Amino acid sequence: MAYQRPEFKEQYENYIGGEWVAPIDGKYFDNTSPVDAGFIARIPQSNAKDIDLAVEKAWEAAATFNKTSSAERSMLMFRIADRIEENIEKLSMVETCDNGKGMRETLGADLPLVIDQFRYFGGCIRTESGSVTNIDSDTVSMEVHEPLGVVAQIIPWNFPLLMAAWKIAPALATGNCIVIKPAEQTPVSLLVLMEIIGDLLPPGSLNVVNGFGVECGKPLASHPNVKKVAFTGETSTGRLIMQYAAENIIPATTELGGKSPNIFFESIMDEDDEFLDKAIEGFVLFALNQGQVCTCPSRALIQESIYDKFMEKCLARVEAITRGDPYELSTMMSAQASNDQYEKIMSYIDIGKQEGAEVLTGGSAYKNEQYPNGYYIEPTVFKGHNKMRIFQEEIFGPVLAVTTFKDEDEALEIANDTQFGLGSGLWSRDVHQVHKVSSGIQAGRVWVNCYHVYPAGASFGGYKNSGIGRENHAMMLNGYRHTKNVLISYNKNKLGFF
Amino acid sequence: MPVERVSVTQAASEVIDRLRDEHGELMFHLSGGCCDGSSPMCYPAGEFRLGGRDLYLGDIHGCGFYMHADQFEYYKNSHTIVDVVEGRGASFSLEIPLGLRFLIRTHIFSDEELADVRPVVAAN
Repeated sequence: MAYQRPEFKEQYENYIGGEWVAPIDGKYFDNTSPVDAGFIARIPQSNAKDIDLAVEKAWEAAATFNKTSSAERSMLMFRIADRIEENIEKLSMVETCDNGKGMRETLGADLPLVIDQFRYFGGCIRTESGSVTNIDSDTVSMEVHEPLGVVAQIIPWNFPLLMAAWKIAPALATGNCIVIKPAEQTPVSLLVLMEIIGDLLPPGSLNVVNGFGVECGKPLASHPNVKKVAFTGETSTGRLIMQYAAENIIPATTELGGKSPNIFFESIMDEDDEFLDKAIEGFVLFALNQGQVCTCPSRALIQESIYDKFMEKCLARVEAITRGDPYELSTMMSAQASNDQYEKIMSYIDIGKQEGAEVLTGGSAYKNEQYPNGYYIEPTVFKGHNKMRIFQEEIFGPVLAVTTFKDEDEALEIANDTQFGLGSGLWSRDVHQVHKVSSGIQAGRVWVNCYHVYPAGASFGGYKNSGIGRENHAMMLNGYRHTKNVLISYNKNKLGFF
Repeated sequence: MPVERVSVTQAASEVIDRLRDEHGELMFHLSGGCCDGSSPMCYPAGEFRLGGRDLYLGDIHGCGFYMHADQFEYYKNSHTIVDVVEGRGASFSLEIPLGLRFLIRTHIFSDEELADVRPVVAAN
């Protein structure tokens, strides 16, 4: 089934205080689609003045929204989810146009996960509670939750709506007001979402300001009146965000990427069954979202004893990846998100070749005849060793680096020989091996006999240089609120010191 | 003269000149990780707080070029060329409002070059 490029307005505005507000200095930039490099819409090129306005409006809203009941906030989450579900096809087409990822993924994964995220946090906030302890017979300690007030969020371009949902849902659920900045490569899908859900939200509770990082993101991240900053992106900006947070003495949560190992043990080849078929797909999942995933399984570690037979099947599956129109549901791989990302990936394919890695398949750009101006790259598999740069740097493209290992110890040594620790995968029919290896991997997520599944309720975050904090789980509620301890004495007698 | 670890193209030098006119002295820090990872980030000098594990690799067109030690572990054998392309990277790098993005191109050192390559030093 084929969808098509959706209709957009010529120009969008910022969404501040429940209204569409033009950028104060009147500047806009052109947003283009990576599918065909064509114009989508003009987007506000905002600056510190617009951020100041959004933060001010957010605090005005916070006076009441911070105090709403959990029942109201829970219902808000459910209503947002329902409204998105009613518009899932439109939002999927918008996301495909804005980001370049295929409808196969936006309609099949991104948007269903967005909906699930809001429903999950709608459930969490209604069912959880603080705690009360009897410290002694006369003393009661209450741990009470309160929202932080107004929080800042900066989201990436690889899953524009889903990463927005991961940040918006726990913040709204806990009663915070938000100023959020989408990535400048993919600004329009969140604006279309606000057209769809804006009327459900108390004005000022969710404010969207667009613009470039240095002009708009930095004033937001360093603003003296935001009480927390949440960021997903790379390490230099992550460090700047934490630096600004330190200057303002506020918390920051960061998710900064990975170089995730995907480990295939020999037992997967013991039978030629549906599980082996699943493992082969697990190998090919490096191509999901054109490899632009923080947890892209971009290092495949394969046990020596099965390397030849397993790789033969895997490469055949990679070469069966269908290309073509991103709006067509059968198209498996679509466009990279931007020209500069395309250039960077091509430069890493060049580095892999220069380092002496062997190209097993792909290794070049893909000519999409329907969209000759879009940014398309062949799924590429290199064989090499773990000290190569293509094994150590997150390329953020459809580029897989494959190596072999002898035994469990060597698999773990290679898996953990990375500056990152976000995702990882292991495939085995041996339950004891699964336990040993999943315990030994230094990463915030270990997928066992699966990969790239992101159900709400399964925490997500990094070890090592992959950042700080856990999203996609109720534990992020505490990332958006204070805990106030109310300590009550029922004893009429003084302490006795004075 | 030792072999340099970093260099810059003419096109990128011209962009640096434009940015320096507007923002004053500049610095570069190579990012890692997702989205715009492995990209040269251009900031006003001193904007990015260099830490005890950042390394100084050399100057490009009058700007210090820095990288975290964890990342340099895999750049020991690489000559890094800072170039510029049209595009719109995210991040707080200064060139992005111009519709341009710095990016790195790489030359893997030969054994002879490696024997004479500039030593890296702590950033601070």
